[in-house]
Amino acid sequence: MLRRFSLTTRLTVLYALVSASVLLGMATIISMAVERHFIELDQATLGDKIHLVQDLVASARSPAELQTRLDRALQNHPGLLVRIDHLSGVPLYVSAAIDIPEVLLKAAAVQSPTATFLTWHDGQQTYRALQASVPPQAILGRDLRIWAALDTLHHAHFIHSLQTVLWLYVVVAALLSGLLGWWVARTGLAPLRAMKAQAQAVTAHQLDQRMPAQAVPVEMADLAHSLNDMLARLQQDFQRLSEFSSDLAHELRTPISNLLTQTQVALIQPRDGATYRDILASNAEEFERLARMVSDMLLLAKAEHGLLLPHAGQIALADEVRALFDFYEALADEKGIQLQLVGAGHVTGDRLMLRRAISNLLSNALRHTPPQGQVRVEITDRSEAVGLSVENTGPEIAPEDLPRLFDRFFRADKSRLHLESEGAGLGLSITQAIVRFHGGKVSVKSAGGWTRFSLVFPRLDRLKGS
Amino acid sequence: MKILIVEDEPKTGDYLRLGFREAGFAVELATDGPAGLHSALEGDHDLLILDVMLPGLNGWQVLERLREQGRHMPVLFLSARDQVEDRVKGLELGADDYLVKPFSFAELLARVRTILRRGRSGLETTRLQVADLELDLLRRRVTRAGKRIELTAKEFGLLELLMRRQGEVLPRSLIASQVWDMNFDSDTNVIEVAIRRLRVKIDDNFEPSLIQTVRGMGYVLELPQDK
Repeated sequence: MLRRFSLTTRLTVLYALVSASVLLGMATIISMAVERHFIELDQATLGDKIHLVQDLVASARSPAELQTRLDRALQNHPGLLVRIDHLSGVPLYVSAAIDIPEVLLKAAAVQSPTATFLTWHDGQQTYRALQASVPPQAILGRDLRIWAALDTLHHAHFIHSLQTVLWLYVVVAALLSGLLGWWVARTGLAPLRAMKAQAQAVTAHQLDQRMPAQAVPVEMADLAHSLNDMLARLQQDFQRLSEFSSDLAHELRTPISNLLTQTQVALIQPRDGATYRDILASNAEEFERLARMVSDMLLLAKAEHGLLLPHAGQIALADEVRALFDFYEALADEKGIQLQLVGAGHVTGDRLMLRRAISNLLSNALRHTPPQGQVRVEITDRSEAVGLSVENTGPEIAPEDLPRLFDRFFRADKSRLHLESEGAGLGLSITQAIVRFHGGKVSVKSAGGWTRFSLVFPRLDRLKGS
Repeated sequence: MKILIVEDEPKTGDYLRLGFREAGFAVELATDGPAGLHSALEGDHDLLILDVMLPGLNGWQVLERLREQGRHMPVLFLSARDQVEDRVKGLELGADDYLVKPFSFAELLARVRTILRRGRSGLETTRLQVADLELDLLRRRVTRAGKRIELTAKEFGLLELLMRRQGEVLPRSLIASQVWDMNFDSDTNVIEVAIRRLRVKIDDNFEPSLIQTVRGMGYVLELPQDK
C-alpha cells in the first residue's frame, strides 16, 4: 500500500507524525508538571492556613472571640474554607458552607494526629483539604480537628486553558512541520526530478542524453552512473542496428536498381532471343545473390536470438577442415595458394553450422591471399579450450578496421565495387554468430604480413564436470 | 511423371507449372488446401509439391489427411517461413524435402528429380557414358575417345554426378552438396573453378564440349544439340 504514495507524500506524513508525537509528549509533561506544581502550591497554602488557625485556636479565650478573629482572618481569602470540629462531629466553626463527605469525616476521626491531605470532588468542583488536630486547649476543649479546604476551580480553569493552548499548538505545529517536511522533501528530491526530466528527454533520436551524475547527491550518483552506462550500451546497439538497416537498404537497393534498369532497358525495344536469354540469366544471378543475402540475414537474426536448433555432436575439427580443404582445393590451386593444417581437436556442436563458420574464414582467407601465398589452419587442443585459427599471408588490415571486421556488410575496402564472386559482407558476421552460439569467441590479428582469425571454444563439458 | 503442385500464390503456381511442364513432367495445379487434397486423393501423382501456408487447409494438414488415407507419394514442402519447428514438423509428418522461399527453380527441379530417382534404384550401373566420354565406376577410370584421363578424387565425383544426371541442369548449391557435402552456399566461385578445371581435362582437347554452363541456373553435361 505504502508504495502507492509518492516519496514526497511519505516524507511529509512522516515529518508530521514525528513532530506531532514529540510535541504531544512535551505537552503531556508540561501539563503534568503544572498540575503537580499546583498541588504543591495548594499544600503549602493550606499548611500555612492550618498553622494560622492553630495559632488562633491556641490563643482564643472564648469561642466568640475565636469566631470573630477567624472571620477577620479569613475574609481576605476567598475560596478558603475553614472548619473546626469536635471529635464528636459537632462543628465548632464553619467559615462557609462546605460539604465535606461523610466518609472523609469519619476517616479523619480515626486518623493519627498528623496532618493529612485530602482531595474530593463535589459535582463540578474539586476540593483540596488539609486536616490537622489542635493541641489540647483549656477553653475550647480537647480533640479538636481543623479542616482547611480550597476550591481548585481556578486551577482547573487555568489547566484547562493551558491544555487547550497546548493541543492547539501541537496540531498547528504538526501541520506546519508537515508542510515544512513537504517543502524539504521537494527540495531534497529535486535532483531526482531533474533525472526524471532528463530521462524523459531520452528518445530513439536523442540517445546521447546523459544523467547529470556530477550534479546529483552522492547517494544518487551511482544510480546516475548505472543509468548512463545503460544509455551508452543502448546507444551503441541502437546505432549498430540503424547502421545495419541502412546498410541493408543500401545493399538491397543496388542490386534491385540494377535489375530494374536492366529489365526496363531491355523492354524498350524488341531484341533477339539470345539477348533476352542473356538478360534473364544476368537477372537470375542477381536474384540468387539477393536470395542468399536474405537467407544469410535470417540465419544471423536467428542465431542472435538463439532460435537455431543445433544438432549437437562431437565434431572433429581436423576432419571438417580437411573436408573444406577438399572443397576449396580448386580455388587454392588456381591461385597457387598452399593450404596447411596443423593439430587436431574436438568440439561439441552442430556440424553444418561449424563447417559453415570455418568455411567463411577459409573463403575469406583465400580471397585476400595474394597468388603463391599461404593459408594455415591451426587447431590447438588445450585443457580449458579448443582453438582454431585461420591465418593467411597478405596485406595487413588497418588496425582501425579490425574491430569492425565482424560487423555486417563491413568491407575493409570502402568501394562498393566488388567482384561478382564476393559475398555480401556477411560471412564473418555469420561466423561470429555461429561461434558465439556455441559459446565461443572470435578475434582477429593482423601483423607481420599475416592476418589471423582465431576461434576459441571453451570446454563446456569440463566446466560442467562431466 | 505426374506432379501435383498446391500453391496459392498465382504467379508462383503458374511459373512452377510451366517450369515443370517444360522439364518434361505432367503437372496439375491446385490453389488451396481442400482442392489440393481432393486432387491428390483422386489423381495418381508421383510427387506432391505443397506450400505450407494455404487457404482452407494448410500444407501439413493436407499431408496428414493424405497419410491417413494411405497415400504415401513423396512430398516436398515449400515455405516462406524458415522456422526450425516447421522444418522438423514437416519431416516428422513424412515430407521428403523442405525448401525455403526464395529458392531457385533449378534447385527445386534438381531436388524433385533426386526424390523421384530414389524410388527406382534399378540396376546398379558400373559404367556411365555420354558420347565418347566413358566413366568406369569400378575401376575409377575415365576415358574420352579411348584416351585415359587422370582425375583427382573430387573431380571424379563431380564428373560422376554430371554424368549420372546428364541432361539435367545442376545448380551450384546442389553440386556443392552432392560432391563435397557442403550444405550451404559458399560466397566464392569455387564450383565455377572446379568445373573449369574439369573442363580443361575433359573437353579442351576434344570435340564437342560436353560440359555446358547454363547462365543463371548451373551446369549440365550433355551432347550439345545442333540448332
